[in-house]
Amino acid sequence: MRELSAIFRRELSGYFATPLAFIFIVVFLFTMGAFTFYMGGYFESGSADLAIFFNFHPWLYLFLIPAISMRLWAEERRTGSIELLLSLPVPLWAAVLGKFLAAWVFSGLALALTFPMWITVNYLGDPDNGVILAGYVGSFFLAGGYLAIGSCLSATTKNQVIAFVVSVVVCFLFTVSGLPLVIDFFSSWAPQQVLNTIASFSFLTHFTAITQGVIDLRDIIYFGSLITVWLVACGLVVDMKKAG
Amino acid sequence: MSEPMIVIDGLTKRFGPFTAVDAISFTVARGEVLGFLGPNGAGKSTTMKMVTGFLSPSEGRASVCGHDVVSDTLAAQRTIGYLPEGAPAYGDMTPRAFLQFIARVRALKGAAADHAIAEAVAATELQGVLDQPIDTLSKGFRRRVGLAQAILHNPPVLIMDEPTDGLDPNQKFEVRKLIKRMSADKAIIISTHILEEVDAICSRALIIDRGRVVADGTPAELISRSRYHNAVTLTVEGQLTVQSAEMLKALPGVVSMDVTARGQETVLTLFTARATASAAVAGDITLVDAVARVAREQGWIVRALYGEPGRLDEVFRALTRSDIDATFNAKNVA
Repeated sequence: MRELSAIFRRELSGYFATPLAFIFIVVFLFTMGAFTFYMGGYFESGSADLAIFFNFHPWLYLFLIPAISMRLWAEERRTGSIELLLSLPVPLWAAVLGKFLAAWVFSGLALALTFPMWITVNYLGDPDNGVILAGYVGSFFLAGGYLAIGSCLSATTKNQVIAFVVSVVVCFLFTVSGLPLVIDFFSSWAPQQVLNTIASFSFLTHFTAITQGVIDLRDIIYFGSLITVWLVACGLVVDMKKAG
Repeated sequence: MSEPMIVIDGLTKRFGPFTAVDAISFTVARGEVLGFLGPNGAGKSTTMKMVTGFLSPSEGRASVCGHDVVSDTLAAQRTIGYLPEGAPAYGDMTPRAFLQFIARVRALKGAAADHAIAEAVAATELQGVLDQPIDTLSKGFRRRVGLAQAILHNPPVLIMDEPTDGLDPNQKFEVRKLIKRMSADKAIIISTHILEEVDAICSRALIIDRGRVVADGTPAELISRSRYHNAVTLTVEGQLTVQSAEMLKALPGVVSMDVTARGQETVLTLFTARATASAAVAGDITLVDAVARVAREQGWIVRALYGEPGRLDEVFRALTRSDIDATFNAKNVA
């Protein structure tokens, strides 16, 4: 635990040691706002909730989250600091989890800074704050899922651009796996059981379920196990690289 | 000699078809400073990476303070201070924050951590740059940050990959002094290709080439393998006739002679049989004395006359050839 907290604190302070945190948060808040108000037509919709706001999250995260996760391991590998990290008496799981948690907390912080949206909607109308809270919880788990995928893919390369691009593609596939775009490709030949399985991997399905105000244990388990699986894979990738 | 703290037994590392380290075995005891020599790509860094747990060996075993580096990695790593090649660090951190991070990971807390950081900072003279981001520091300072990190927890085993690379002569001197000072109660491995360093700080040297140990001994033993070991070099003014040169060659103990003209001077090197244990060749008259006597009798104007202890660079070149035909550099793999 001591090692985990040391890694976590170092990683988290790493975001704020450079302009990265500031720029990310500004861009994050700006695009969230821009999409919600202009593309989503928030005011025109006339409804006192944040559904439009949350609907954009999977698509914005698709690019913003890999921008955080791409550096997690690729940068360590490029600068050689990974050699220092892995020769310190730190269990591998603590390094993997510490990095992930720091990135997750950081993205959670960016998400929390959208609170003026919540204030606005409460000022303008009388929204169901329970549903909004569920939306935030869902969004946070969604970010965690993207981050776990990005973390694993970042460990496979020392090139951050490759880590970013591959992460975007894989995250995209996980996001849309329940949409006709993917399902139509399989529906002509795959049995229904397979279609259901593929669709059940979709971030969108589970995220939408949560944002509708129903925090179903199954959706939480889905995100929890997805994060776990990708983090374990991340650990395996780091460990495999040790073998040369 | 006390019991070995680092035990390497048949350690092997393959990267695909390439064998970077080929069944290396050696031990290092407390109080020893082992100098790891070899051309680039010989396997020095790869060996160190295996001992510190960064790479897993393909075959063989390594243990540090009794802990196997594969099966008991964390316990082994706790006893090691490691300066990786190029002294990598987290560039966006300041040395202070970086050392605090290392202290936390190394389970140093509160006053103990402050004390350890203060000691390491003093030993590596980092006081002036403690609050500048490491990225903005010069190569020498970055190297010293890496050193401070390695010695922070006063480890019984220190492994340093080219600790003086990139330092200026004064800093090199200080770092060597530091290593010497710490060597009494530690087992230390340093890699270097600065041969004078071996003589200056190492109690033992290991030359490796193409992943194999090609020589293992004290610096004096290695030097004694040199063709120049116990040779005598004489510089005289003007040209020497063939007859006078032959007089030198006929001296007892001399097996061969090099003659080179250098401007107005002639340099003669007399080689003795390498097996000769000391410089004494004929009874108690050393070869230097014998040469001096000849020079005096012949009335030569002597510019220089000295016995050679041997040349380490010559031994090194004779033993290692892999830098010439190596087509594969192990460093790119890791």
